[in-house]
Amino acid sequence: MAILIDKNTKLVVQGITGKQGRFHAQQMIEYGTNVVGGVRAGKGGEWVLGKPVFDTVKAAREATGANCSIIYVPAEGAADAILEAVDAEVELIVCITERIPIQDMMKVRAILDHSKSRLLGANCPGLLTPGQSKVGIMPGYIATPGPVGVVSKSGTLTYEAVYALTQRGIGQTTCVGIGGDPINGTSFLDVLQMFEEDPNTEKVVLIGEIGGTDEQKAADFIDKHMTKPVVAFIAGQRAPEGKTMGHAGALVEGNVGTAAEKIEKLKSVGVKVAAYPEQIPDLIMQ
Amino acid sequence: MNLHEYQAKLRFAEFGIPVPRGKVAFNANEAYEIAKELGGVTVVKAQVHAGGRGKAGGVKVAKTPEDAREHASKILGMNIKGHTVNKVLVDPGANIKGEIYLAVTNDRAARKPLIMASAEGGMDIEEVNRVSPEKIVRVHVDPLIGLRGYQITELASGINLPHDLWKQFEKIAMGLYNCYVGSDATLCEINPLAVVEEYGQTILKALDGKMTIDGNGLGRHPELETLRDTSEEPQEEITARESDLSYVKLDGQIGCMVNGAGLAMATMDMTAHFGEQYGIGPANFLDVGGGADPDQVAAALRIILSDKNVKAILINIFGGITRCDDVARGIITAMSEVPTQLPIIVRLIGTNQEEGLAIINSANLTNMTGAKTLYEAAQKAVEAVRGAK
Repeated sequence: MAILIDKNTKLVVQGITGKQGRFHAQQMIEYGTNVVGGVRAGKGGEWVLGKPVFDTVKAAREATGANCSIIYVPAEGAADAILEAVDAEVELIVCITERIPIQDMMKVRAILDHSKSRLLGANCPGLLTPGQSKVGIMPGYIATPGPVGVVSKSGTLTYEAVYALTQRGIGQTTCVGIGGDPINGTSFLDVLQMFEEDPNTEKVVLIGEIGGTDEQKAADFIDKHMTKPVVAFIAGQRAPEGKTMGHAGALVEGNVGTAAEKIEKLKSVGVKVAAYPEQIPDLIMQ
Repeated sequence: MNLHEYQAKLRFAEFGIPVPRGKVAFNANEAYEIAKELGGVTVVKAQVHAGGRGKAGGVKVAKTPEDAREHASKILGMNIKGHTVNKVLVDPGANIKGEIYLAVTNDRAARKPLIMASAEGGMDIEEVNRVSPEKIVRVHVDPLIGLRGYQITELASGINLPHDLWKQFEKIAMGLYNCYVGSDATLCEINPLAVVEEYGQTILKALDGKMTIDGNGLGRHPELETLRDTSEEPQEEITARESDLSYVKLDGQIGCMVNGAGLAMATMDMTAHFGEQYGIGPANFLDVGGGADPDQVAAALRIILSDKNVKAILINIFGGITRCDDVARGIITAMSEVPTQLPIIVRLIGTNQEEGLAIINSANLTNMTGAKTLYEAAQKAVEAVRGAK
């Protein structure tokens, strides 16, 4: 068991003919992900990496039975690509693309709320269920199957934490990157709930950062609904106010969204908070 | 990206919002000429990307053109919260009968645009929110439908706006929302939206304006990109933007180069964790991108080295899809392009980390040391700065 993706996931790659899409499609196939096809308007009927290319997501879904899509299209077309996948009723849509204008994402969210689809991201590294399926850009070898669920806003910081766990012999059920944008499809809270319900997940690692109130809401959820222990790390303790730290969402506004506020809130509900990423395995083993 | 008050007001005017007919002056004589042309009382206002201009003495009322020149000469060159004033706006004075607050912004938690109004205009809205949040009327807008007339009525009645001003208010609120959408703004704020007496009539006018544009939306608005004022930005941040690097200047001594925003923040935190007791910390936030491409590494190195506070450099790269040996070669190549004698601590982890570290070690660069963990790397960087002092 795992959450969101497993060996039965059938993936279609939106933007498979582009440099990024093609490269990562190859990586995913090598990992063992069941990539059933790709989408690129105007290139339907062609083949890439031995997989059929379709003009639309709808056609790809009808022909292959895909239940998951991943988006590697440039920012100006990304919102459109998400909406197309929603329209085709793809269950899980993962958007890697960064720098999507926030007003586009507000519209996408409004449509998602009344749809059958779940969006992960945008601006995220995707997700990985070790030994079963990888949807995104996470390096596959850093993870290994086991009992810890990982959820994070960051890319390389997640790799750091997952790798540290793996090095210490602690495996993972699923590693989920929710992305660093201020408005995204899936929140910490959604993923925590899934980990809580997943029988194979015993403990959870949450990696947050400055900006917004997602971590604070996660703390409330942990307090009220979680029986499984959670270890957290929050990046950006030294970030100045009013400056965007790489991720569009990583911004302290006034005194809202500081690392100190988030750490305090998480600690107050019994979450162990690591002082630095390499300490996460120690806290998980306690 | 922040706009200046005069830029925001010009943009508001394009969306049908009444604004004063002031002009910008870059020196005291221009301020005099503008004041003379406007006639009567004028207001000289510092145009700078900092709040609290009034309190800092950056806003002055001038009775005559000579007064305007006098005020402008004092305000120009003034330092407001670390920003030097390079221009002033000279606006005509207004006969103010009341002040309203009106703004459209993104409500991140609600994932919707939020329009806010308050009868307590002219004050710091965060202060109003702290003391009496009930005095701010908030209405969420469905981004698919846009702002509707009944919602504007909710705002107008919520702030007890006299009925005879509703028609004007509706036009302004709709204009502000359209401006927000049409500019990919994250904030459009009028404070105050003043009730003024003009030629025997009572009208609403945007006496001050503030706009912030979503950097990711700028591609759709080339006309707004030309409004970018780089004169107040650190040179390093300008260069970084041109090289497509994510960089924020800080005031410490350890130049940080990291791939990925989250890891970059964690690295900053670690240097401060060890260095704080000695007054040592990160000189910057810098994300070279997940792939740590050699050209980007070289560009990043140039930016870090242009900061004269930097006494040591910490390179922290997680090689995921990118291999550490490739990154190591990239770093060595970059070093030959951008030579430096500063101590450099390199930590490579992930794919082919041993090979990567071996390349760093065998390059025989005496100022470069490897580190296995972030913990060790941050400690070494702090020690290097202490040694350099």
